[in-house]
Amino acid sequence: MLQFALWRIAGLWWTLFAASLVIFIVIEVLPGDPAQVMLGMSGDAQSLGALREQLGLNAPVAQRYLTWATGMLHGDFGVSYTYSVPVADLLRERLTVSLPLAAIALALATVLGLPLGVLAARFRGRLSEAGLMAGLQVGVALPNFWLALLLIYVFSISLRWLPAGGFAGWEKGLWAGLSSLLLPAVALALPQAAILARIMRSALLDVMHEDYIRTARAKGLSRQATLWRHGVRNAMIPVLTVLGLQFSFLIAGAVIIESVFYLPGLGRLVFQAISQRDLITVKSTVMLLVTATVLVAFFVDLAYAAIDPRLRKAPR
Amino acid sequence: MAILRFENLSIFNGTTALVRDLSLSLVRGETLGLVGESGSGKSLSALAALQLLPEGFAQSGSLRYRGQELSQADDRIMNRLRGRHISMIFQEPMSALNPIKSIGDQILETLHWHFKLTKKEGRARALKLLARVGLTPTAEYMGRFAHQLSGGQRQRVVIALAIACKPRVLIADEPTTALDVTVQAQILALLKEIVKRERMALLFISHDLAVIAQMADRVAVMKDGEIVEQGPTLQLFDTMQHAYSKQLLAASKHMPPKRTKPLVIGDTPLLQLHKLQRSYALPKQKFWQQAPQKIAVNQVSLRIAAQQSVGLVGESGCGKSTLARTVLGLETPQAGRISFLQQDPFSLRGQRRRQLQRGIQAVFQDPYGSFNPRHTVGRTVAEPLYLLAGQINGAERRRRVLEALTSVGLPETAAQHYPHEFSGGQRQRIAIARALVTQPQLIVADEPVSALDVSVRAQILDLLADLRDRLGVAFLFISHDLSVVRAITDYVCVMNAGRIVEEGPTQDVFSAPRHPYTRLLLSAVPDLEETLAARRKVGH
Repeated sequence: MLQFALWRIAGLWWTLFAASLVIFIVIEVLPGDPAQVMLGMSGDAQSLGALREQLGLNAPVAQRYLTWATGMLHGDFGVSYTYSVPVADLLRERLTVSLPLAAIALALATVLGLPLGVLAARFRGRLSEAGLMAGLQVGVALPNFWLALLLIYVFSISLRWLPAGGFAGWEKGLWAGLSSLLLPAVALALPQAAILARIMRSALLDVMHEDYIRTARAKGLSRQATLWRHGVRNAMIPVLTVLGLQFSFLIAGAVIIESVFYLPGLGRLVFQAISQRDLITVKSTVMLLVTATVLVAFFVDLAYAAIDPRLRKAPR
Repeated sequence: MAILRFENLSIFNGTTALVRDLSLSLVRGETLGLVGESGSGKSLSALAALQLLPEGFAQSGSLRYRGQELSQADDRIMNRLRGRHISMIFQEPMSALNPIKSIGDQILETLHWHFKLTKKEGRARALKLLARVGLTPTAEYMGRFAHQLSGGQRQRVVIALAIACKPRVLIADEPTTALDVTVQAQILALLKEIVKRERMALLFISHDLAVIAQMADRVAVMKDGEIVEQGPTLQLFDTMQHAYSKQLLAASKHMPPKRTKPLVIGDTPLLQLHKLQRSYALPKQKFWQQAPQKIAVNQVSLRIAAQQSVGLVGESGCGKSTLARTVLGLETPQAGRISFLQQDPFSLRGQRRRQLQRGIQAVFQDPYGSFNPRHTVGRTVAEPLYLLAGQINGAERRRRVLEALTSVGLPETAAQHYPHEFSGGQRQRIAIARALVTQPQLIVADEPVSALDVSVRAQILDLLADLRDRLGVAFLFISHDLSVVRAITDYVCVMNAGRIVEEGPTQDVFSAPRHPYTRLLLSAVPDLEETLAARRKVGH
C-alpha cells in the first residue's frame, strides 16, 4: 500500500509539471501579447511598454516559466493586475469560502445520495423504487440556481432562519460562517446527491448480479446482509470516481451559486479575472484548480486501493 | 429415506418451462450425477434446490428436504438451511469469491452466520477447514485474496466455504470445468473423500460423462429441461436406453476421420520457430527495483510442415497462448527466430508483411467474444481480406466470403445475419470461415472446441478434419484437452512452464509418453472406458 502511494506521489509531480507547462504555453507563449490582451483595444504604446515591463514579458521564455513555477512553489503567485494585491492573498481568502462550501456540499450529497441509491437498489421492481427514481430524475434535472432561489424564498424570506446571501466571515464564529454557506451548499448538493444515488443504484445492481453474491446467498446470508456485506463495498468503486469528479467541480464550478448567494468564492474570482483579462490571476487560479483536481484524483486512487486489494500494486 | 427429493418440479421463465417435471431423490452418502449439455436445465435445478432461482423465475411442483417442503418456504427458513444444511460449489471459483474480502473473512463469515462462536473458536475452525481442503492453515493464508491464489486453490477455498458447516447435502455445479486436468483430478479426489467421510449427499452436475462416471453412484441424463433416463451408473452406461443418452455417449467418444492419404513431409518447413523467447514484466516488489520477469516462452523450437497438423498441449499458464500470439504476429519475440515460408514476418513491413500474414489465420476459443456483435456475419468473415486490399475486387470478395461460408457448412444466406442469431457451434463455424477466407496455409486454433458441447464439438472436429484433407491447410492446434489433440493431430508438443518438454508423432507420445509431465497429464485425464472397466470389476 505504501509502495502504491509513493508511486502515485511521483506521478503526481509529473502531472503538475505537465499541467503548468500547458497553462504557461497557452497563456504566455502562444501568439498574442498578454499585455496587449490585458489592456484591450484602448492601450497606447506607452502603457503597453510599462505593462510588459511589469509583467516581466521582456525576459526569455524559459526564464519566465521558471520564475513563475518556482514562485508558486514558494507560495508566490504574482500580483493581480486588477486588484493590485498578491494573487496568493486573493486565493487564500477565496478558498476559505470555496473549500468549506465544496466540502459541506459533498458531505451532504454523500450522506443523502448513497443511502438513497442503496434503497433504490433494494426496492428494485417495486412501486417505491419507481417513486424514488422519479424523484431522483427531478433532482438531476433541476437547475441549481432555481433550487437556490427556492431555498432563499423558503428559508430566508419566509422562515427567516438563514441569511439570503453574502458571507459573514469566519472571524465572527463558526455558526456565522456556516450559516451563510448552508443554503448554497444544499443548493449545490441536491443535484449531486441525485446523481450519486443513481450511480450507486446502478453500480449496486450490477454487483448484485455477480457470482460472489450468489455464493454469499448460498452460504445462507440474507438478502439484506448480502447487500451490505458484499454489495455496497464492491459498488463503491464507480461511486468514488464520480465523487472525486464532483469535488473538483464543486471547488471552482460553483460560480452560479456563488453569484446567486453573493459569496466571494473561487468560481467568481476566476470569472471576474477572465472578464477583466487579469491573466496573472487566471493563470495561477487555473494552476491551483489543476493541483486540487490532481490531489483529489490521488486520494480517490488511494481510496480505490483501500477498497480493492487487487489495485494495491505499484504499476509495472 | 430420501434427504432431498424433487417431485415434478418445473421451472418457468415467464411462460416458457426451462425445467419440466423433474423428479430426483438423493439419500445420505450417495452421489447423484446430473449430466447434460448447456441449456438442459441442470444448473437451474441446482439453484432450485437452494431456492435461489434468478429473479422473475417461477416454479411448480415440490422440493423436499428431510420431508420439509422448500418450494413454499420463506427466506427466513431458507437462510437457515442454506450453507448449514444444503451447500453449493460453483463452477468458476474466481468469480464465486468476493474479490475484495480475504478468504479468511469469507470463511469466518459463514461460520459466524450459522453458529454462535467466539472469535477464537471461529479462527480455530477456519484454520481447520483450510487444512481439511489441503491448503496451508496459517493466519497469513487466511489474509490472502482470491486473486493471489491459483485456480485449484480458489476452488479449494470454495469447497471450504461449502463444507464449513458440515451440510448434509452438497451440490457441485461443474466444479472442475474451469480447471486444468491435473488440478481437476485433485479436486475430484478431495470432493470424493469429503463426501465419503462426512456421509454427505452430493448432487454432482457436469457435462463430462467421464467425470460423472467417476464420481456418481447414480446418473440422470437431462435434455431440454427433462430427465430422459436415470439409473445406477454402471447399469446406465452398459444398458443405455434412450436415444439421446446414446447420442451423448457417442459424441463424447467421437473421433474425427483419419487422414485419407498419408502426409508427405517435405524438406522445407512451412513454419519454423528457433529458440523463441518471450517474457513479461511482473508487478514490482519494491518500486525502486527493476520489475521481475516471468518467462512465458522459453527457448521454444518448433517445425510445422505444409499440410501438417501439430498439437500443442499444456496447462493454463504454460505459455501456449503466448506462443500462439507470437506465431500470429501479435507479439514480438524477444529472442530467437521465426520464419514462415522462409521469411521472418517481424522483419517485413507494409504490403509484404500483409502478404505473409494472410498465410496464417486464427480461430479462438470463444467464438462469440471474438465477433463484433454489430457486424453482419458477411462483414466479419470478410474482415481478413484487408490483407489482400487492392488485389481483389468487390465481386471476388463476395465470392470468397460465400465460398468460405459454404466450406464450413453454412448457407450463403448466413452472411446477412448477425452473430447472436447463431448457436455456439454455428458461431465457431463462422470463426473458421473467417480464418479460411484469405486461403491461408496455416490456421492457429487456440482451444477451438473447449467452449462447445460434446455433440457440437464432434461436428466441429469433423469439419476441421475435413478442411485438413480437402484444403490441405496446416494446423497449429492448441488445447488443454488431450483427447481433442489426440484425435486431430499428426504431431504433438507438450509444453510445461514455458518449455516444450516432449514432442513426437501423436500416436507415439500418447501410447508411450517418456517425460514425467506428459505421463502425469495423461493419467489425469478422466477416461470413460477405464472408469467403467474398474466399476465392472467391483460390480457396481
